[in-house]
Amino acid sequence: MQETTTINNFKSEEYFINMGPQHPATHGVLRLLLTIDGEIIKKVEPDLGYIHRSIEKMCERDSYQQIVHLTDRMDYLSSHINNEAVCLTVEKALELEVPDRVKVIRTIIGELTRIASHCLWWGVMGMDVGALTTYFYGFRDREMINDIFEETCGARLTMNYNVPGGLMWDIHPNFVNRVKKFIVHFKTKIPEFDRLLTENIIFQKRTKGVGVLSKEDAISFGASGPVARASGYSCDVRKYHPYSALDKVTFTEALQTQGDTFARYVVRIQELWESLSIVEQLIDNIPEGEHRVATNAVIKLPKGEYYQKVETARGELGVYVVSTGTKNPYRLKFRSPGFSNLSLLNHIAVGGKIGDLVATMATLDLVIPDIDR
Amino acid sequence: MPETAAQITEMIIIAIIYLGIFSVAGLFLVFMERRVAAWFQLRIGPNRVGYQGLLQTMADALKLVSKELTGTVKADKFLYNLAPYFVIISSLMALGLIPFSKSFQAFDINIGIFFLIAVSSIGVIGILLGGWASNNKYSLIGAMRSGVQTISYELSVGLSLLTMVLLTGSLQLSEMVEVQKHGWLILQGHIPAVIAFMVFMIAGTAETNRAPFDMVEAESELGAGFHTEYSGMKFAYFFLAEFINMFIIAAIATTVFFGAWLSPFGITESLPWLGIIWFLIKTFALVFLMMWFRWTFPRLRVDQLLTLEWKYLLPINLVNIVVMALIVWQKLTIQF
Repeated sequence: MQETTTINNFKSEEYFINMGPQHPATHGVLRLLLTIDGEIIKKVEPDLGYIHRSIEKMCERDSYQQIVHLTDRMDYLSSHINNEAVCLTVEKALELEVPDRVKVIRTIIGELTRIASHCLWWGVMGMDVGALTTYFYGFRDREMINDIFEETCGARLTMNYNVPGGLMWDIHPNFVNRVKKFIVHFKTKIPEFDRLLTENIIFQKRTKGVGVLSKEDAISFGASGPVARASGYSCDVRKYHPYSALDKVTFTEALQTQGDTFARYVVRIQELWESLSIVEQLIDNIPEGEHRVATNAVIKLPKGEYYQKVETARGELGVYVVSTGTKNPYRLKFRSPGFSNLSLLNHIAVGGKIGDLVATMATLDLVIPDIDR
Repeated sequence: MPETAAQITEMIIIAIIYLGIFSVAGLFLVFMERRVAAWFQLRIGPNRVGYQGLLQTMADALKLVSKELTGTVKADKFLYNLAPYFVIISSLMALGLIPFSKSFQAFDINIGIFFLIAVSSIGVIGILLGGWASNNKYSLIGAMRSGVQTISYELSVGLSLLTMVLLTGSLQLSEMVEVQKHGWLILQGHIPAVIAFMVFMIAGTAETNRAPFDMVEAESELGAGFHTEYSGMKFAYFFLAEFINMFIIAAIATTVFFGAWLSPFGITESLPWLGIIWFLIKTFALVFLMMWFRWTFPRLRVDQLLTLEWKYLLPINLVNIVVMALIVWQKLTIQF
């Protein structure tokens, strides 16, 4: 692994360090095997498996209602969207038409989840580049969303609000009011985010031109979500394959072309605005009706293969189900956004400094349980 | 009592007093930082132990004293144990020179300001030793960064203070303060003095390894940097020294730019004992400024740190010295 190079009679030796599994910048139990030369990164090798829980194997054992609960534990920051993905797959297979009310509520909560996830990411991004204060500002706004969720379904993070065929409960009477209050509040806070971090000259110097990912590479590595969109690859599942009530709203896909760390940052800030506008469009028009259609107690999918993809806060989440007609899936595969996004880390981080690696990794927005299922 | 014995007794008493100042100031600064940080971060901060949490850091110190001292097996034991003392001695010695008031200064030597700079750069040896002897790769990276950083920014600290020495014509701290009876040096030297002050604050923040120049610790990059392997009181030495160094940088800035214990426009000249109050007010205002930096700015990258020093601060400083020399030569200073 070590390699000796001689420059001007000065022997320089490459140096190997372990970043993680316990390291503040890896946000969980990701282990990076770094080969560095002084401060310069020569090679990044992610080592996974520290929190592998065999979720896909467990899915083969469980009924479809139970699978929904497992997906919370994958990307815990967009648990609602994960739940929705499984429910949509099951509904697609059963050819079940859910009421409009369910669709709208699912979309509103999905977008709120995205805002909460991006708030957390923003705080952590600031912390990774050394501005500790951002963390608390991000969490302040995320807290409001979590409170709304708590009132709606009793849980703040692993929500389990979706069930195949609709929602577990109807929304709380306060829901609309509180979401409206949040919209008013958050509209004044995004400019604050910009003033605190985006416009900071040190932050811009740290992120501009760092970790550049070209559009071709984004496609070939299978990147999705904000990471791909920052490289100019338009791939928003919400736009191209709208699900739930997303076909009823108008929004623009956040796109940047530079592909550097700053572009990925800007895309996420733009997504905050877009998600807010989606919620704003839907919150006044939640149709009346049932919150759930009855399904059989034991759901048996017809024999066949089903695929449904959704846009989580991190990118494209695909659920692929092979059913043999029994109450369990024969095989269930998740296409998680984080895994593909992590795979390009070595490609974009090599040649940068250790500080660059941390900033780049922050903008990939890795959630390790999502990568290590 | 023979004269020598009396002198030694005096020295010991003064040393004990200064150790007291050192620990009380250190603990208070830690408390202040926590409350200021909390204020910036929408939190409350420690407010349970003692009045408004004033004794919180005292309790923390007790905890650290009673903790086991751990270390790595393959560490170089001698250097590993020696390192914290370098750091703490350098800041203690610097503290002795600070003119808290007209009579409250442990030793006032004729090369005062030069001695301050020289002494405060001993600390980096402790950091380098600690990082090297810990036998930890992260510590070593932190220590090397520290070496690079301190050597670079030492120049700017020295040069910006030298700019002010041109005005006073003396390196002795008490004389530098006397000159300021005709107006604080930052007013006397106007434009170049303000530039020198800004450069000094930037370089001083870098010199104390605080954010946005906390490359040495860089929590998100290196875990805890050079003091990763230190625990208990040895860690506390590094920790306290960092805060005292911040206090010293603020105190030097107060002395050199803001008239040390002198009140603004001599409003309390008839009450000389108020000097220490004025000194502390000014110093803590500057300490607050440094805390403000820390809790607002992101961290620079290593290469940007060096670019800032060698490509911007140093040339600005050199030009500034020439400008200041011209101003002093042409007697363009402002005196009240």
